[in-house]
Amino acid sequence: MTDVAPTHIEAGASLWRDAWRRLRKNHLAAISFFLLIAMVALVIVGPWVSRYSYETQDRELGAAPPSASHWFGTDDLGRDLFTRILYGGRISLMVGLCATAVSLGIGVIYGAVAGFAGGRIDSALMRIVDILYTLPFTIIVIILTVYLGKSIVLIFMAIGAVEWLTMARIVRGQVVALRHKEFVEAAYVMGLRRRRIVLRHLIPNALGPIIVYTTLTIPQVMLLEAVISFLGLGVQAPMSSWGVLIQDGAKVMEDNAWRLIFPSLFLSITLFSLNFLGDGLRDALDPRISKD
Amino acid sequence: MIRFILRRVLGFIPVFLIIATLVFFLIRLAPGGPFMEGERHVPPEVLEQIRESYNLNAPLPQQYAMYMWDLVRGDLGPSMQQPSRTVSQWIVLRAPVSVELGFYSLIVALIIGLSAGIIASLRPNTLTDYIPMSIAMAGICMPTFVMGPLLVLIFALKFQWLPVSGWDAPAEKILPSITLGTVYAAYIARLARGGMFEVLAQDFIRTARAKGLSETRVVLRHALRGGLQPVISFLGPAAAGLLTGSFVVEKIFIIPGLGKQFVDAAFNRDYTMLMGAVLFYAVLILIFNLIVDVAQAWLDPRVRYD
Repeated sequence: MTDVAPTHIEAGASLWRDAWRRLRKNHLAAISFFLLIAMVALVIVGPWVSRYSYETQDRELGAAPPSASHWFGTDDLGRDLFTRILYGGRISLMVGLCATAVSLGIGVIYGAVAGFAGGRIDSALMRIVDILYTLPFTIIVIILTVYLGKSIVLIFMAIGAVEWLTMARIVRGQVVALRHKEFVEAAYVMGLRRRRIVLRHLIPNALGPIIVYTTLTIPQVMLLEAVISFLGLGVQAPMSSWGVLIQDGAKVMEDNAWRLIFPSLFLSITLFSLNFLGDGLRDALDPRISKD
Repeated sequence: MIRFILRRVLGFIPVFLIIATLVFFLIRLAPGGPFMEGERHVPPEVLEQIRESYNLNAPLPQQYAMYMWDLVRGDLGPSMQQPSRTVSQWIVLRAPVSVELGFYSLIVALIIGLSAGIIASLRPNTLTDYIPMSIAMAGICMPTFVMGPLLVLIFALKFQWLPVSGWDAPAEKILPSITLGTVYAAYIARLARGGMFEVLAQDFIRTARAKGLSETRVVLRHALRGGLQPVISFLGPAAAGLLTGSFVVEKIFIIPGLGKQFVDAAFNRDYTMLMGAVLFYAVLILIFNLIVDVAQAWLDPRVRYD
């Protein structure tokens, strides 16, 4: 009875391998995935190899349409638009990632605590989430950015601070479903502390939905940043983000249409990729959840 | 039914007061404020007097108590930066424009979204699924501040079919409504497709077909009622989003709505106007959510009033 043959250990978690296989079969999600990688690489590497800096001015040239030396044209200070779009992309993507990280941190911990504590603490915490849900998000972010200043850090803190509610709900739902499973009871019996059970056993098992929703939060956050920048409350010159560039472009579109079209294209491609990748991940990681 | 509505409305009161308190302290605890020195070359004594007249020198708890007392009596006070009208008068003047814009946009969103979603759900994973859904998805990938200028560029500047901006003539209302509506059309299309897809696979649809009803009748009379549930529950957040999303569209098309009023108030630190606008939005959102709950219970007998 003690002489059990060493069982073959499955390589990796089969859930993840299955998910990867399913994701690759979803063409739209696969294309989105590679588009995103290409976009991130371009935005990181591009500015280093570009001949221009984002603030190099060529006042004699002024606003020129796309040409061999300036692929996407220039703005009225003669700054190379391609370089500015790449730099702006760094800011937009960074705000997207950082604000999502803030919302992820708050949402996961809040949801896990509510779900694990249960009872009155749970209902009190989730009631707060319900109340916050009725607040108009865009309005709160606008108020925060107007009053706290226009630094990038504050922008993503403000966005992160309002975008965690759905994440908290999702994590709570998962934890409530998991916390009476045998492996959690086993962990109790082994005498593990509660914090360890939550962090090492419950959260990792809820990882699928967390990853999916994180992917879907990034485009929402980027959109919010772009809206704020478009209203003139975001990143300040000479820095830029895609929202700022689109706003600049919209002002002069009658004569300089390229200044509206190129930044819009970059933002739209990124949003498209993130949304379809998120949908693909949802289908791949949790086949039970229907697509819509 | 009436008890359900009453209880929900009573539940709104604490939520409303919490929102008012939160926003009140949020905007007052930040550095700076209206009528600070160095503004517009007004002598300090005059500024001091103005601040006094708005109770801005009183301790914060006292200001809060006075504001809440006025609020309970339905008085939002005078606008600090545009004192020609009270905050309530400004809202009455500006809000109808935003609501009108939101209403037209919702209609655009429903027409595009529902037709795309329903057509797509009938033959899943074929061209009649992919083509309408791809068109609808454009709304998600092209936010309003991209869609708006592009539409202006094409239809107003290039072909000169429609005016560039404004909100008087009917023709001026077309582009803003389409701009704002397309975003929500995409979500509605996906929800409608998913919901219809699920309902069409159920037994009662098979029964209806077995009775020999025409496909049109099966879809329109039997499937639609259940299949559109997800769309209906989305309408609450959508209506709220249409209102709060109108800032950008109002800016692009220079529309004198509440969104523009709100953003200006935030820039100018017009405390009373800002509070009034936020509270007005909050009330609208709460009302929309209530309407959606009632509609859902009415359409689906399985949803209980509790």
